Amino acid sequence: MENRVISTNKLTKKFGNFTAVDSISFEVEKGEIFGFLGANGAGKTTAMRMLCGLSKPTSGSGTVAGFDIAKQSEDVKKNIGYMSQKFSLYDDLKVWENLRLFGGIYGMKDKEIAEKTDTILHELGFEKERDTLVKSLPLGWKQKLAFSVSIFHEPKIVFLDEPTGGVDPAARRQFWEMIYAAVERGITVFVTTHYMDEAEYCNRVSIMVDGRIEALDTPKNLKTTFNAASMDGVFQQLARKATRGEN
Amino acid sequence: MFRAFVKKEFYHILRDKRTILILLVMPIVQIILFGFAITTEVKDTPMAILDLSKDNATRQITERLAASNYFTLVRELHNSEEVEKAFQTGSAKLVVVFSENFQENIIHTGEAAVQVIVDATDPNQASTFANYASNIINQWRMENGEWRMNQNNNSQFSTLNSQLRIVPEIKMLYNPQMKGAYNFVPGVMGLVLVLICAMMTSVSIVREKEMGTMEVLLVSPVKPIYILLAKITPYFALSIINLTTILLLSVFVLGVPIMGNLFLLILLSLLFIFVGLSLGVLISNIVETQVAAMLISAVVMMMPTMLLSGMMFPIESMPKILQWISVIPPNRWYVEGVIKLMIMGVDAKYVMKEFAILGFMAIVLMTVSLKKFNIRIER
Repeated sequence: MENRVISTNKLTKKFGNFTAVDSISFEVEKGEIFGFLGANGAGKTTAMRMLCGLSKPTSGSGTVAGFDIAKQSEDVKKNIGYMSQKFSLYDDLKVWENLRLFGGIYGMKDKEIAEKTDTILHELGFEKERDTLVKSLPLGWKQKLAFSVSIFHEPKIVFLDEPTGGVDPAARRQFWEMIYAAVERGITVFVTTHYMDEAEYCNRVSIMVDGRIEALDTPKNLKTTFNAASMDGVFQQLARKATRGEN
Repeated sequence: MFRAFVKKEFYHILRDKRTILILLVMPIVQIILFGFAITTEVKDTPMAILDLSKDNATRQITERLAASNYFTLVRELHNSEEVEKAFQTGSAKLVVVFSENFQENIIHTGEAAVQVIVDATDPNQASTFANYASNIINQWRMENGEWRMNQNNNSQFSTLNSQLRIVPEIKMLYNPQMKGAYNFVPGVMGLVLVLICAMMTSVSIVREKEMGTMEVLLVSPVKPIYILLAKITPYFALSIINLTTILLLSVFVLGVPIMGNLFLLILLSLLFIFVGLSLGVLISNIVETQVAAMLISAVVMMMPTMLLSGMMFPIESMPKILQWISVIPPNRWYVEGVIKLMIMGVDAKYVMKEFAILGFMAIVLMTVSLKKFNIRIER
């Protein structure tokens, strides 16, 4: 049990007559990189919002980091990190001020924040950028910083919502190295992505179509099952079944 | 945690030079503009005289009119045809006509006719001219014994044609010199405060929505109420700075005194600031972009605020339906309260109504916006 950091049972979200997430059940184990794939409008974001405690399930249940997502969303929030597709840092704050702020939000002590800031700036090679306003950093740097911010408080799980959108391949590679480093430290990674080559980096992948999980396995097994050369082939076969348009 | 948040909000404001300039300089510019340039004061209005009597009495009255700050004697007319011409050429805005045998009539019958003709294309101004002129004439009458006079105030270019058999003694209460600034200071206070509170707050909250940072905050364990409180704290502080600036400027530069209780005035302002902040939060819940937040604040809030709060047009002279609508903008009550407290200097019990209405608005708006804020997270 304690190895399962995320577990859902028939988790469903309806908006009126529209079922955005249709009875999904899956489990994510500690230290895993779990890829959450699906076309736009398949229900990825809604599912993720429920897991993060932002949205209450219509029916079904789920736990994240051992806490019930419907009843203990405050505890869930304390134990997760989140990075949105917009690299949501404050542009008009300096690098260290961003780290300071998010450390403070998660209730870290001043001393702890100061030490951690030094470590992270060193790891990123950002020592010189400590006092730079975030808006003057290149996109790839912002993204790395945003990831560092999302795991600054050492969460049990980090949710990454299309973290590599609009970044060049070299920067994406470096980014995935950071993800692996985080996993080494015992952080579980839940990631949505559009890039099928990135799906190959995940330990296990789920593919959502029209609110349901149509496939869930390791990339290797998925490729065998669907008799495809790449994850892209698998995805194409499944996505073709979709009846919902993009929204 | 909360302190870190408030600090961040201050950074947002202080690092945006344009915002800080608008926030701190705008109130000063507005007060000075409204106080000096856009004045409704009557000063050196061109006046012509048609004196058909040319006696001692008429000469004295003419001199007195011309000596006042309000009027400047530009022409002496010789016959009634010239009166119309004086108005049409724009050389005079006010013509005073003394009937024949003015002094004789006063002495013998106790009655004499003097006609004050005013260009009433601007009715507000016209009635002010007429009032001033009749005040001056009355004064002369009172100082010159028992003479009774029958005045005929006649605004030729409007339909106002009232025969005043008894000339009322008009006394300008609270604002004896009819200074324009007296009217505008409370209005500008209301305007500036609502602008900073509602517009700036809503824009800054919506900006976080646009940037995506709001989502990160909502995923964090911070309670939504803290996010909101931290957002409004700096604007609250700025509003107080602006309130102080405006009050200081109006007392020391425009010479508008604070007649009433300063403490009550500040209390009323704080209440109003709170209403403005709640409105800002409410707007930010409704819209998704900064531009929309700005437009809503400007069009939906500022316009009615300026037009219906009594700042520009007196509420009493509006059509009934607009009078009913005018109870909605909170500015109306604030401006009314400020006029009472600052210029009339009334006791606390006379502003209870304003306090009650603003308090009610504050509670309702805050409740609604907090509720909406929670719903939005739920989505």
